[in-house]
Amino acid sequence: MNKAIAIFTKESFLVPVIAIILGLLVGAIAMLAGGFNPILAYTALVEKVFGSAYNFGETIRQITPLIFTGLAVAFAFRTGLFNIGAEGQFIVGMVAATTVGVAFELPAIIHAPLAILAGAIAGGLWGSVAGYLKAKRGVNEVITSIMMNWIALYLANWVMNSFFVPKGQQRSEMVHDSAIITITWLSQMFDNARLHWGTLIAVLAAIFFYVIMWKTRTGYELRAVGLNPHASEYAGMNVNRNVIKAMFISGLFAGIGGAAEILGVFHYQAILTAQPGYGFDGIAVALIGGNTPIGVILGAILFGILSFGAAGIKFTAGVPVELIRVVIASVIFFVAAHGIVKVFVKPILKKKEGGN
Amino acid sequence: MRGITKRFPGIVANDNISFSVKKGEIHALLGENGAGKSTLMNVLFGLYQPEEGEILINEKPVKITSPNVANELGIGMVHQHFMLVETFTVTENIVLGNEPKSGLQIDIKKAVKAVEELSNQYGLKVDPNAKIEQISVGMQQRVEILKTLYRGADILIFDEPTAVLTPQEINELIEIMQSLVKEGKTIILITHKLKEIMAVCDSVTIIRRGKVIDSLKVKDTNPDDLAAKMVGREVNFSVDKQEAQPKGPILQVENVVTRGNRGVNALNGISFEVRSGEILGIAGVDGNGQSELIEVLTGLRKADSGRVLLNGKDITNHTPRDISESGLSHIPEDRHKRGLVLDFTMSENMVLETYFHPTFNKNGFLDYAAIDKHAAKLIEEFDVRTPSIHTPARALSGGNQQKAIIAREVDKNPDLLIAAQPTRGLDVGAIEFIHRRLVDQRDKGKAVLMLSLELDEIINVSDRIAVIYEGKIVGIVDAKSTTEQELGLMMSGGNRKQGGGTDE
Repeated sequence: MNKAIAIFTKESFLVPVIAIILGLLVGAIAMLAGGFNPILAYTALVEKVFGSAYNFGETIRQITPLIFTGLAVAFAFRTGLFNIGAEGQFIVGMVAATTVGVAFELPAIIHAPLAILAGAIAGGLWGSVAGYLKAKRGVNEVITSIMMNWIALYLANWVMNSFFVPKGQQRSEMVHDSAIITITWLSQMFDNARLHWGTLIAVLAAIFFYVIMWKTRTGYELRAVGLNPHASEYAGMNVNRNVIKAMFISGLFAGIGGAAEILGVFHYQAILTAQPGYGFDGIAVALIGGNTPIGVILGAILFGILSFGAAGIKFTAGVPVELIRVVIASVIFFVAAHGIVKVFVKPILKKKEGGN
Repeated sequence: MRGITKRFPGIVANDNISFSVKKGEIHALLGENGAGKSTLMNVLFGLYQPEEGEILINEKPVKITSPNVANELGIGMVHQHFMLVETFTVTENIVLGNEPKSGLQIDIKKAVKAVEELSNQYGLKVDPNAKIEQISVGMQQRVEILKTLYRGADILIFDEPTAVLTPQEINELIEIMQSLVKEGKTIILITHKLKEIMAVCDSVTIIRRGKVIDSLKVKDTNPDDLAAKMVGREVNFSVDKQEAQPKGPILQVENVVTRGNRGVNALNGISFEVRSGEILGIAGVDGNGQSELIEVLTGLRKADSGRVLLNGKDITNHTPRDISESGLSHIPEDRHKRGLVLDFTMSENMVLETYFHPTFNKNGFLDYAAIDKHAAKLIEEFDVRTPSIHTPARALSGGNQQKAIIAREVDKNPDLLIAAQPTRGLDVGAIEFIHRRLVDQRDKGKAVLMLSLELDEIINVSDRIAVIYEGKIVGIVDAKSTTEQELGLMMSGGNRKQGGGTDE
């Protein structure tokens, strides 16, 4: 029992929890100021997410791509790089998966993994372009990876229009059933919510992140280069190669995310009118998660619940979308700004010390 | 300051420390790295709050809760690492946060005038309109001093002010301190250099492991006594060593030319050799190609022409890893930039160059148990004081960081050990330890190439001394028979100039 109390009063646990509460409070104030009932709104959020099996399943669907892009951003960040290009890597992952899914006919045991692998490699290569430019030409990866997002967007539409979209349609042909990774029986349990193996792959990806970063020779080099490129050079590591490698692995995560979205959720690729947004949300997820794999998963869950539950707030409490965005932003703001929260946590911790 | 106690998790940095400084004196605070000097001064400057004790200024108790309060009380600090905005001018830096204004604009003319007045009053020569990035380290330090004076400081704290200066700049600084005291200022000098204390200070307080050991007048003491009090045992200044037994050449450098960062030749056809069983010291004024030489030898910079042979094998322009694996170890001159990944644990830092060896690397996975064992062994053997092998390198004192690097480099059992400024910024205890290790290495029949800007160190430790000037070796002398004067002349290019040289 004491142990349980110890866990719940630990700073690493308290800070994010209090951050979320503070964020919700600020959001509540914003809603009050706008003349809406925050209690009704938050109840609606909870009901939306947990109220029905279908919506709960859909929340999980919403969370999954955020885990992938969150991991992508966090991985790059650990190696000293700021990957703003998860968006573009996600898109090329989608394109590659669609291509393999539509163009080939293979047994399911090969087809689906191949499509995912294609998405992963496409995302990885897309990421390593920014890595290459940084390593060989010294171009800041923030700029190149943002630009690559737009290139990915229009390239994706061009590829779709040229090869996969039937005349007069706005989306590609369906991928073959053998490439689909939807978990039918689970979907049925959740009233046909679009649940798929991608969620499991996301969790495995988080484990892969941890192992490669903290258990392998590659991870040792990547971290060393990220923390101190001068010392890494002195120690005989190839700094440039590690930068490219880091961006490749980072892109892998986002690429799988894109592939899973096609193969698990939509089963086709629509012509994109705007960026899907998962890559940018991934930056926030990585930030919330402190760039650790477990943190990214938790951050994605938080982010997924907030953004999916937002629909509930809108319908039930009538709060406009703009105001809901304020609520989400204030939660993220407090989670990301640990320093502010610690000021609130300190008195609680002091009291605990005094009590013992 | 009375009964100051400051605790950090795991250690008591200051344990009931009391000491007093008289108006108009230069008071030294002497202690090894990690003894608690800087902590104590940070308490005085308001950066830390003490758990116990009180501070009195002019016999009035004060509460210093922040550096702003310290400034108002007339306490100014000259930090070891300068806090200057590189792209601002000298004047802008000095008035930063306290600018004279005319309307909404900064009255830069008035500011320049104020800086000039201060600079004349205390004999601190600066160019008010130069940008920080363009002026020398010595002048940057004068800017730091002017900054405190501009804010009306009466008590100036100097934190290890000479660590970054050349010998000439140190002499200038000593003059500045003396003129400041003449103008009625009080100075607290944090240092571990005994020579400086003997040269400028009136009294000295010695701190060891967070406690005051003694407080006395400088004229009543001597360097040996101070060193013993600081370290807690007798210290041997001269390096005990046998006659060198040099054998065949290990490192041969032949006519190496390379360009420096400015695009001009930093090395102009440099040639020399280091034999096994000897320590070759390289003396020279900073900026004569020393850094570039080491970078070429270790593979961090490309040579444009010439050859470098290690054990007769050509290693010119090989990769750093290839050179390291061929039997060369390198103690880098900047331990924070090159020597350590500060946010890695000590354990991870101890295998920085060997992590890929089969002992630690099993099919791409690192064996952290083996790495920890290796690190624990080295840390024990080289007496690196760290709370644990999993502590980040950043948390260690400079001396212990350097010991860790030396442990790592010596353990590679290199044929040639390059030590670049191996004792910069370290206290006497650590210096003694490091010098002994270099001599040990030599006695094992290895070659050592040492580079230092401190002549004492070069003369004491080396067997032969090569003097570098404008990217060339201008002469090699026997360390036993040379003098500082002779070396000094060679370092300024004296014996090469044909009459009427431009000696400065």
